[in-house]
Amino acid sequence: MGRKRGGIRPSDSSLAVLARRAEAVAVPAGALLAGLAAFSLFLLLLGKSPAEFYALVYKAGFGTWFSWQNTLSRTAPLLLAALCVALPARLGLVVIGGEGAIVLGGLACGALGGALSGLPGAVAIPLLAAAGVLAAGVWIGAVGALRHYRGVNETIASLLMAYIAIALMNHLVEGPFRDPASLNKPSTAPLAEHLRIGDIPGWDVHWGLVAGIVGCLVSWVLVERTTWGFAARIAGGNVRAALVQGLPVGRLVVGFAALGGVFAGLAGVFEVAAVHGSANASLAAGYGYTGILIAFLARHNPLAIIPVAVLLAGFEASSGLVQRRMDLPDATVLVLQGFTFVAILVSETLYGRLRVFTPETWGIPR
Amino acid sequence: MTLTGPTRRRVLKTGAAFAGALGTLSATSFAAGQDGPTVGFIYVGPKDDFGYNQAHAEGAAAVKAMAGVTVVEEENVAETVDVQKSMESMINFDGAALLFPTSFGYFDPHIIKVAPGHPEVRFQHAAGLWQEGVHPSNVGSYFGYIGLGQYLNGMVAGHMTRSGKLGFVAAKPIPQVLQNINSFLLGAREVNPAVTCQVIFTGEWSLAVKEAEATNALADAGCDVITCHVDGPKVVMETAAGRDCFVCGYHANQAPLAPEKYLTGAEWNWPGVYTRMVRTVIDGGTIPNFDRGGLAEGYIKMSPLGPAVTDAARARFEATKAEMTKGGFAAYRGPLMDNTGKRILGPNEVFVETDIALESMNYLVEGVIGATS
Repeated sequence: MGRKRGGIRPSDSSLAVLARRAEAVAVPAGALLAGLAAFSLFLLLLGKSPAEFYALVYKAGFGTWFSWQNTLSRTAPLLLAALCVALPARLGLVVIGGEGAIVLGGLACGALGGALSGLPGAVAIPLLAAAGVLAAGVWIGAVGALRHYRGVNETIASLLMAYIAIALMNHLVEGPFRDPASLNKPSTAPLAEHLRIGDIPGWDVHWGLVAGIVGCLVSWVLVERTTWGFAARIAGGNVRAALVQGLPVGRLVVGFAALGGVFAGLAGVFEVAAVHGSANASLAAGYGYTGILIAFLARHNPLAIIPVAVLLAGFEASSGLVQRRMDLPDATVLVLQGFTFVAILVSETLYGRLRVFTPETWGIPR
Repeated sequence: MTLTGPTRRRVLKTGAAFAGALGTLSATSFAAGQDGPTVGFIYVGPKDDFGYNQAHAEGAAAVKAMAGVTVVEEENVAETVDVQKSMESMINFDGAALLFPTSFGYFDPHIIKVAPGHPEVRFQHAAGLWQEGVHPSNVGSYFGYIGLGQYLNGMVAGHMTRSGKLGFVAAKPIPQVLQNINSFLLGAREVNPAVTCQVIFTGEWSLAVKEAEATNALADAGCDVITCHVDGPKVVMETAAGRDCFVCGYHANQAPLAPEKYLTGAEWNWPGVYTRMVRTVIDGGTIPNFDRGGLAEGYIKMSPLGPAVTDAARARFEATKAEMTKGGFAAYRGPLMDNTGKRILGPNEVFVETDIALESMNYLVEGVIGATS
């Protein structure tokens, strides 16, 4: 479709920009639909109706006010967990151990709750949150430091450290930090009532949702609108070029990894202060792993994390109804997520190859 | 260009199918409960795990067979917001009037949070946690004295072991598990005072790799009868039988996994308990908020004895079982020491099956090789 034009007119250029933007939406959306289509075939092979499946997903995830509250309750930790993947990804780091940061954030909050119960909530809750994000930030920050200063693969290190974090939590919750009254489910002492974080008024959804959305917005501004974010993207694109430019690559790597950990730690804090009331083995609920999927689906764009997290939370919210009505195993939704994930990964190769989105199509020579 | 065409077609096709499905869904709403109640069951793991969840699912299957009752089930529901929403979803979408969220960790805070908002729904939880005045009145607790089943397991094991070493693969050192380990050893010592039992804790309720490693380690150490307390005993049973050890089951009947090596097993009798509770609801009665029982009350049962069990072991097993069925059995009789030398019971003291002291057990009795921390 190489139309030859005499020169570049402003309208052409803006069309080209529009095409670029459209590509960033159309490719993942197309991949999502392709994943859903492939999953439909899978359902047909099982002798189940894809139409009924998607109708149930809609009903249980988004069809009623209860469904929305169900979905948004599940969205809260996923937003923060996804940031733990998306932020380090801007520096080219693939961090998949956010689960460990969530667990440690919750553990720190639960363990200190007793000591701070004498303080008013307005003082103690921020302190508990600070303890949680500090523990988690140091944990994932260490992953960044190991990568930058010692050359340790951050993907493996973060995953293994997540196992260590969970083992550490189990040990402390069953040993030194155990509330003697928690007989058959070892937990830290329950947080005093005034240290609990409640629900958003009128909603059956805790404040973690707001924290997650704010976290995504702040992260977007940081990455896209600050010199720090710009430097991080440079370093993520080409470390040597960044070093030649004199950018503090080490501090960027450690800083972005730690910030990712901070957000995941906050998810753990909300799990303890808003959901469980104490730290125990339920903290390792797999949010950190769903966060990986969300961050990749969102192509590590903090703003895109919000709709993607809502979508996946909706899938998970519908898992129960799908089990009950269609007699499908609970893993069905995991299979759906898997199809979507593979489709998105494959779609990465399409960027720049669909001619409708290329500048030449809109009259701009390469 | 060729890549965009099919995508658009797919969009249209999916959209059309979606719209059609929405139409049919609203037209034919869920055919819930003909005239009887809708009962919801929620499991923390897979309902075919040959263990904790399967035992409850067998109860659900029995309820499903009752006339007029609709059963809805969900498996692999985490002890998080997940279970809160599953309960509410069953209430909102299926009209459930009676819920059995079966995992221990579902109670606090999840059932306690959801129950007050749904006073017309009854929440029944499998553990002895409900307290008068503390917890909502539409919540009930029920549990069985399954330690007695492990005591009977131990009696058969004590007869059958040649090495005098028994093995126990355990999840976590919590009272419920410690009671099973201790009961198993005490049952064995009742028939063979020289027996010891080695315990290995895996640290998780369901962690197949560690369960296999622990079973192999016990077999390597010379243990020749192995039992367990993990959510799904499948791995322990198959691994132990593969190492030519006898096995005693737990939670459900695992005889199909090791037909030759299976001696007996301590099973929950949830079909009996659940049909009784649902019957009470259908008849307009009230389920007690706190209910417990053992062999006598039909809360637990024993797997049929396996082909390898000797006549002597069978006779002893049947005699003790008959005694337990009378109620008030005491597996813990003084003098009794723990395995660090601390005295648990004096010469004439006992813990009968209902004794509250058993609920906060934090020791392993003398003869158990292992530590609680």
